[in-house]
Amino acid sequence: MKCTGKVVKYGDNVDTDVIIPARYLNTSDPGELAAHCMEDIDKSFHDRIKPGDIMVGGENFGCGSSREHAPIAIKNSGISLVIAKSFARIFYRNAINIGLAIVECPEAAQAIEEGHEVSADLDAGVITDLDTGESFKTEPFPEFIQNIISAGGLVEAAKTGIIG
Amino acid sequence: MPMTMSQKILAAHAGVESVEAGQLILCSLDRIHGNDITSPVAIREFKKMGFDKVANPENVTLIMDHFVPNKDIKAAQQCKCCRDFAGEQSLESFYDVGRMGIEHALIPEEGLVVTGDVAIGADSHTCTYGALGAFSTGVGSTDMAFGMATGKAWFKVPSALKFVLTGQLPPYVSGKDLILHIIGMIGVDGARYKSMEFTGPGAGSLSMPDRLTVCNMAIEAGAKNGIFEVDDVTLAYERDHAKRALRVFKADEDAAYDETYTIDLSALRPTVAFPHLPENTRTVEEAGNIPIDQVVIGSCTNGLFKDMEEAAGILRGRKVAKNVRAIIIPATQDIYLQCLEAGFIRDFIEAGCVVSTPTCGPCLGGYMGILAEGERCVSTTNRNFVGRMGHVDSEVYLASPATAAASAVMGRIASAQEVMK
Repeated sequence: MKCTGKVVKYGDNVDTDVIIPARYLNTSDPGELAAHCMEDIDKSFHDRIKPGDIMVGGENFGCGSSREHAPIAIKNSGISLVIAKSFARIFYRNAINIGLAIVECPEAAQAIEEGHEVSADLDAGVITDLDTGESFKTEPFPEFIQNIISAGGLVEAAKTGIIG
Repeated sequence: MPMTMSQKILAAHAGVESVEAGQLILCSLDRIHGNDITSPVAIREFKKMGFDKVANPENVTLIMDHFVPNKDIKAAQQCKCCRDFAGEQSLESFYDVGRMGIEHALIPEEGLVVTGDVAIGADSHTCTYGALGAFSTGVGSTDMAFGMATGKAWFKVPSALKFVLTGQLPPYVSGKDLILHIIGMIGVDGARYKSMEFTGPGAGSLSMPDRLTVCNMAIEAGAKNGIFEVDDVTLAYERDHAKRALRVFKADEDAAYDETYTIDLSALRPTVAFPHLPENTRTVEEAGNIPIDQVVIGSCTNGLFKDMEEAAGILRGRKVAKNVRAIIIPATQDIYLQCLEAGFIRDFIEAGCVVSTPTCGPCLGGYMGILAEGERCVSTTNRNFVGRMGHVDSEVYLASPATAAASAVMGRIASAQEVMK
């Protein structure tokens, strides 16, 4: 998985209620959910991003509810990758299951600043801040999870009989 | 290889002798459930996977609890989607208006998850059933879809934190104060990816409702699951509720834990989590003078009969402060009826509270008690994130039913001791 984009950056404990407030959970339409993504902590989110951009968070990104609407909203906003110091566990598995690219890399999440241009090659395990030239190594996913990601998520993995 | 209690349950459900932390396993599931928010997404993904029939219809439960009775047309459409699916799949375990309750109160009450089970639910507070000595954890809708289709789920085997409880809770201090104290101590990611295992003589002194509250909020410390050692309290509860055979698992004496914490229950005080994280805890004594606009007593965390009893004990014969709206929500139809028979509904109404049908409504800012800009609420719910109960500039203070009831009477954050002296 390779991508390049500009960074939008947030702090620690970005919770699922700010990613997609529950008042919008009376729908599961990906486009409608994306329209309200991050609005309670960042009203300018949609004005600042373009398709392919990268979101950076701190510790415990995606904590709170199990709502899959959260990674769906981020993915359908056009974000290509979320880099964080750490992810909350349900968000982590939801992102893998729906095919939103995520990676835990505390060093990159600390160093990379808002607005920087960043490229990532998760297969090679490298994130590069193109503004500073600094590179960061990432750990590969275990094979079992890699198979789900390669299939494009749990639905595709189940269809092709990779797991189950 | 010695195992924790959670690891033993997972190994038995993966069909292997033993597992170790970090291992990825595929487990068979005893219960898969979802609600009116998460199930429509799961049903969509289930159909995308190309499945026609759920693997084990008797193991699948759908509960309409978040936005019911339907708060708007979109909510009605989501419930209809669930209702149609339950009909197509001949799911007997479908709970709609009139028979529903808040899922994490209803599931143990109905005996749908029992001691020794592995259960997943498309709701983060599914960790509640660890109180019964089951491994249960919240997942997303796609995991729910996969679980319905195959009867299985993938897990990364968690390591664990051990909480050795000693002593007994003082008056007006409950399981809610204990779990808030723990989250304040280890933080909202203090148990991230891990099990929280509760044991020790103090654990034995806790009632089942207190244990359910403690495990309910394990997710608020980032945990994968919370679980209590099985004892006489568990077995007595299951005698009244379980309709299947129990499986009792016990942690090995020499099981490895990442950390062990010893907590003296008798030293705990009424505790409140300030905005905007459950880890921002203070004792009520330290809270200072915080005037409030609303109180909510209910939710999957504190909507059980014991919670209602504690609130009624404080509100009976008293009045809710003039500028406070107090909303009481018994978590299931059965609890509602028990409150009616015990006279609590009269106590609540005479005190100036409104009593609602079971719903998750206000907890997540859905309906039935939304906050305006600048308003403050003392709530027995589980999250106080930015905008959780309404306007982004409103505030939620998490507390026990006793503290919430006392705060309703005083019009500010207050302890039950202060009101009852």
